[in-house]
Amino acid sequence: MGNKNFADKLFFSVTKVAAFISFALIVLLFIMLIKESGLSFSKFGLRFFITKVWDPVVEQYGALSFIYGSVISSLLALLISVPISLGIALFLSEFASKKLKEFLSIIMSLLAGIPSVIYGLWGIFVLAPILRNYIEPFLQKIFGFLIFFQGEPYGLDMLAAGIILSIMITPTISSISKDVFESVPRNLREAGLALGATKWEMIKIAVLKTAKQGVIGAIILGLGRAIGETMAVTMVIGNVHEISLSLFHPSATLASVIANEFAEATTDLYVSALFKIGLTLFFVTVILNIFAKFLIYSTTKKYKV
Amino acid sequence: MKKIKKYIVATILSSIFTQQIFSQKVVLINGAGATFPYPLYSKWFYEYAKIDKTVNFNYQSIGSGGGIRQIIAKTVDFGATDGIMTQEQEKLAGEEILHIPMTAGAVVLAYNIPNFNQQLNLTAEIISGIYLGKITKWNDVKIKKENPDIDLPDKKIVVARRSDGSGTTYIFTDYLCEISKEWKTKVGKGTSVNWPVGLGGKGNEGVAGIIKNTPYSIGYVEISYAIQNKLFYAKVKNKSGKYINPSVESITAAIESKAKNMPKDFKVSLVDPEGENAYPISGFTWILVYKKQKDKVVAEKLIQFLKWAVTDGQKYCADLIYAPLSENLRKMVLDAINQIEY
Repeated sequence: MGNKNFADKLFFSVTKVAAFISFALIVLLFIMLIKESGLSFSKFGLRFFITKVWDPVVEQYGALSFIYGSVISSLLALLISVPISLGIALFLSEFASKKLKEFLSIIMSLLAGIPSVIYGLWGIFVLAPILRNYIEPFLQKIFGFLIFFQGEPYGLDMLAAGIILSIMITPTISSISKDVFESVPRNLREAGLALGATKWEMIKIAVLKTAKQGVIGAIILGLGRAIGETMAVTMVIGNVHEISLSLFHPSATLASVIANEFAEATTDLYVSALFKIGLTLFFVTVILNIFAKFLIYSTTKKYKV
Repeated sequence: MKKIKKYIVATILSSIFTQQIFSQKVVLINGAGATFPYPLYSKWFYEYAKIDKTVNFNYQSIGSGGGIRQIIAKTVDFGATDGIMTQEQEKLAGEEILHIPMTAGAVVLAYNIPNFNQQLNLTAEIISGIYLGKITKWNDVKIKKENPDIDLPDKKIVVARRSDGSGTTYIFTDYLCEISKEWKTKVGKGTSVNWPVGLGGKGNEGVAGIIKNTPYSIGYVEISYAIQNKLFYAKVKNKSGKYINPSVESITAAIESKAKNMPKDFKVSLVDPEGENAYPISGFTWILVYKKQKDKVVAEKLIQFLKWAVTDGQKYCADLIYAPLSENLRKMVLDAINQIEY
């Protein structure tokens, strides 16, 4: 008996250490980022976040254009991805037969498993020419009076980045949403139907309303993935350090500038400025993740039977 | 079954032991730095392993900036870079670091004009004009003047350039600074700069991809990428007024013309050289070593390898489209290698 007790205790300590390691990693990462960006903080301070000149030759660094690029490309991705993902999730949880559901779920997880560099290559060689030759001229013809669709369409721009990201985050949002929809208790649905609601009305009243917070959580997780995505975006966004309202204008993101410039960053200040961009990205991602976890937690808890 | 197991165990054990016995003699030399010469260096390490079996090279192609940082931190035995170290960096290193030129490469202007398969002639003025955003159309008078027999389209020029920090960018902006005052004051030179115009592609392959997929585009890439991707690239007018096709020979001509006034530390730019047949946009790539070596065994092996690379090893350059060092320069480089102390 004593032996068994000891094994239990040992197992407990081992798991405790393992759990603590993940926490320690986050803290260490945070400390490292703060420390390494110190030089940039002392030189540029908070001005770093509101200026947009990025000139390694004269050592002037400002992150505004990258923050703008990250936020807009991710929001654009959500705009495209959320309706599609919710459609997929609703179909899978409410309408699909069991076999079809299994098949489509496998497809979705496959889509989630494709390395981002593959998406990037597809973006350069397939998506960009289609955008340049067909979609962007078409959009310009119809909505050309709007500032969002002005300028020369190159196919390597904010729109391309948004589309690539939307494809990449669709599996995340749809599979989590599907789980949330399925966690809505059966009696709520039955109550809806018993009141004489059609299937769509029942979904609207019982499923969507109940799952709202969980779906928001799924969307925010998708947003977190979109903001952190590096390789695919770098390959299609055109990497221009400017702020433009037009979706046909090339841009750059926080993650893409680190991927692009870190290897050849030669001076200490340059490296420090890149670390500071990493810190910005870290903050945004951590905050979004905490928020998402909290939302998902609160929905699933409420309806646990 | 038991016999098979015994046999397997015996084989594994014996292989471990023999490896250990041999590995005691093998010297491992660590290096890190530029990506541009990586294919050539790999070839060298491979061929050199046949000559000297007691040395093993481990080279990480992490970029010139990384190479400089690592040699300063003394985490590697040699660094490699496409750009010379700044004075601040040399101060950080604390000890004298030698720049040893190993080979040279060229940057070419590749373009994609649909239904057009002739070689364009470009001048310094046109190239700087395009990259400053002043020349925006293919049928600009300045381009027409240099290409009178060619029917150029009335289309906007799509400018492509690197988005990542790169030695290729350093050579190209070094050239632009040399030939254009406006570029020098407005933009300057470096491994990455604040570009006035252009779409950024990551890596030579990224820029080559943009050019290949975007009609009416132009971009600068390292010469071997243009050849591998079958891109058209331009002749560039050099200092003596001749249009020069970028090639291994015309880069070596650039080296030769600079060799006459070569400074002893080899920290020299190859752009815009005097030579009649010299291609104007090229640059050295260097290996960085401390003049005073700490480890005698490593130093001996490294010196032997470097000597081999700048003499016999040079015959592998041309196949991989790197320019071999000219004969005069090889002697100077050997003298420099002999200065390494241990």
